[in-house]
Amino acid sequence: MTKLLEVRNLAKAFGGIQAVDNVSFELEAGQLLAMIGPNGAGKSTCFNLINGQLYPDRGGITILGQRTNGRKPRDVWKLGVGRTFQITCTFSSMTVLENVQMALLSYHKQTRSLFRKVRRLYVNESMELLELVGIAAQSRRACGVLAYGDLKRVELAVALANRPKLLLMDEPTAGMGPAERSQLMELTSAIVRTRKIGVLFTEHDMDVVFTHADRIIVLNRGELVAQGTPSQVRANVKVQEIYLGTGKTPGTAFPTS
Amino acid sequence: MDRTLGFYIVQFLTGLADASALFLVACGLSLIFGVSRIVNLAHGSFYMVGAYVAYYLIGFFSEGGCAFWAGIVLAAVVVGLIGVGIEVLLLRRLYGAPELFMLFATFGVVLIMQDLSRWLFGAEDLLGPRAPGLAGSVNIRGTLLPQYDLALILIAPLILGVLWLLLNRTRWGILVRAATEDREMSDALGVNQTRLFTSVFFLGSFLAGLGGAIQLPKGGANLLMDLNTIAEAFVVVVVGGMGSIPGAYLAAVIIGELGSFGVLVFPESTLVLMFLVMAVVLVIRPHGLLGQAGAGAHVAFRAAEAVLQPASKKLKLLGLACLVLILVMPVLVGTFQLVLLTEIALFALASMSLYFMMGPGGMVSFGHAAFFGGGAYAAALLVHYLQTPMELAVLLAPLLVGLLALIIGWFCVRLSGVYMAMLTLAFAQICWSIVFQWGEVTGGDDGLLSIWPSQWASDKIVFYYLTMILSIGGILVLRYFIFTPFGYTMRACRDSALRVDSIGINLARHQCLAFAVAGVFAGLAGGLYVFSKGSVFPDEMAIPRSFDFLFMVLLGGVETLFGPIAGAAAFTWLHDQISRTDFWQLILGCIFVLLVVAFPQGIVGSINVRWGRFFANQNH
Repeated sequence: MTKLLEVRNLAKAFGGIQAVDNVSFELEAGQLLAMIGPNGAGKSTCFNLINGQLYPDRGGITILGQRTNGRKPRDVWKLGVGRTFQITCTFSSMTVLENVQMALLSYHKQTRSLFRKVRRLYVNESMELLELVGIAAQSRRACGVLAYGDLKRVELAVALANRPKLLLMDEPTAGMGPAERSQLMELTSAIVRTRKIGVLFTEHDMDVVFTHADRIIVLNRGELVAQGTPSQVRANVKVQEIYLGTGKTPGTAFPTS
Repeated sequence: MDRTLGFYIVQFLTGLADASALFLVACGLSLIFGVSRIVNLAHGSFYMVGAYVAYYLIGFFSEGGCAFWAGIVLAAVVVGLIGVGIEVLLLRRLYGAPELFMLFATFGVVLIMQDLSRWLFGAEDLLGPRAPGLAGSVNIRGTLLPQYDLALILIAPLILGVLWLLLNRTRWGILVRAATEDREMSDALGVNQTRLFTSVFFLGSFLAGLGGAIQLPKGGANLLMDLNTIAEAFVVVVVGGMGSIPGAYLAAVIIGELGSFGVLVFPESTLVLMFLVMAVVLVIRPHGLLGQAGAGAHVAFRAAEAVLQPASKKLKLLGLACLVLILVMPVLVGTFQLVLLTEIALFALASMSLYFMMGPGGMVSFGHAAFFGGGAYAAALLVHYLQTPMELAVLLAPLLVGLLALIIGWFCVRLSGVYMAMLTLAFAQICWSIVFQWGEVTGGDDGLLSIWPSQWASDKIVFYYLTMILSIGGILVLRYFIFTPFGYTMRACRDSALRVDSIGINLARHQCLAFAVAGVFAGLAGGLYVFSKGSVFPDEMAIPRSFDFLFMVLLGGVETLFGPIAGAAAFTWLHDQISRTDFWQLILGCIFVLLVVAFPQGIVGSINVRWGRFFANQNH
């Protein structure tokens, strides 16, 4: 198995807050790795560090054998990394189809072309991707008017356009109903198996995580507390404490008078 | 001149003294922008009016030390009240409107104040009275420095200190800083926004008026002060860092010193040095010397646009009808109207190139005249010095301007939204100043004359057809570009910088290229314009010309592809009607203000709302 992503002793602080502290993990091809943890655990910061949006204070990130610390997101993308955002990020003045075409234009290095009209470029390829994620029927609608769950699908189609080896998905199913969630994650698993790619995703829905993830890493307050298979993580005492509490009564935060 | 150590010390102190007034204007501008998100273009006008009012107030009071300083402070108060008047009567109605429209209203105020000042105070430059008790000079190792300069040097740090105390040690100051950081949250917490805005506007205008008044004994008062000052204030704000008052002081000192020492190095244009410093600062620190990254990053000019639709059959038929009309025009109208139509076509091309940047590119330029006028001067200089034939000049001008736009764009794309717009204005003002000040080469204020078309095109009708072919061709090519991958990439960059970066697109490079493309077509329009007029003057590069183009685009409506053409036609016709009257700037300013208040979507935009469905494609 080739290592797609290696994170070593990653650290990032914002002022006095240590958002990510000494985090190390690996991701292999053909695997779905879930990153979980309570709000503020440092999941999105981790994503932004790997993606190149943030510059790490310490530690190393290696993607497909190349050290990517300090590389810009567009250079990380060129290595074969696709990304979906926690808060969806699409071109709102374009249709669903055009959003995917845009990603393909970039992949085929056509963004500076002034000759042919976009209307005829990479339409079939785009439609295939839209079929794959199940929103081909809405291809002519503007992204600005789409429902949130549908936008998540558009993001996935866009992220798949450069035939990535590694997919980074920040809360891919937020805003979706339960049935839609498992459907999207099944789709993602299928893509992982058939294309032999790796996926790192964060998710708040524990059913989704424990059903679909091959491995899980747990962050709390910027630190990695546990990693392993779903059953190992489920049995981990520290993880139980973080998610379920220790059973002790917290201080008198709301005193009854 | 003998250059001793004393000379350099005096030169340095003069620079510090010059910085004072500039600092006052810039920090007023920064304060108002921070709270209300209005880039008050009329700030330079406030400065000018401050100088004039102080002149008359000091003259009105009897002689004496008290009268001078009382006159200065009172002038600043008067300007502060003028600012409040403008805020209450005009800007308050526009807080819900797009920022670009508010900005445009303030430019209307610039024009109105320019003509009113000419009417009230006269067109003559006024020499300022000397400050009583400070009329003499001090001798610094053999070189003389006016005593008043020492007073100016002390005033700026004093005001800086007072402002710091006001913002950091008073309740009002806390409210201002809160509103600057998050206006909605401060609104939600129950801060009276209306009163806060008005008070900040008073303080900002007061500072501008004070700046104008204190420099009176040094620089006097004249009618060019408004636009010169606003451009310099923009540079100070960009160099110092938006929203940072100490940064504004630091930058004002740098600019003041550059002006003072720059004369020794490059007497033709000290503004060129200003440009170099600004360039270096922006490369090293894109957010200014003391500015913070992200401050005002959320400032954008527009919300999401509609999906791009190809022209429908009906729209194509309408276009065809227009083409036929243009073709038969020479039979229908006289030479005078033909010349007017030629001008409309060239302005339409120039404003289409501005639209190309603004609409799909999302980059507002306040300095498009640099490209249009640049094209005009490029062609004129080629003809004047190298006897280049018209055909070659019209070909070379766009290419040279494209290069200029590439250079200007390279700096501008480091910023976004309103900061980028400020920077374009500063660059345009620099281009203007080079043309204006470098008289030996460009003819300065007298312009370059006798630039006529080649023999075959010298007939008005032939030239009309030539212009129509090139400008309509240019407009259609620009329109075509919007539908190509490059046009889509521009729109992608406008819609989401984050997404663009995460699909491997270099945003800055594409935006820079968009500058160049827009520059080429504006340069073409400018190059042809010279030959239609036979001459070129610095006015073609000046700020008002930039705003003419902006107005044409806005008049037509930013949301529509053919808006710029309608806007150019409406504006040129309007301008032709009113330019024969004495106070046409006043009238134009009033029209600007009224149109912004009445039609925030522009003429074509408003038509679009009513008739859009008629022209829409049936198959969608």
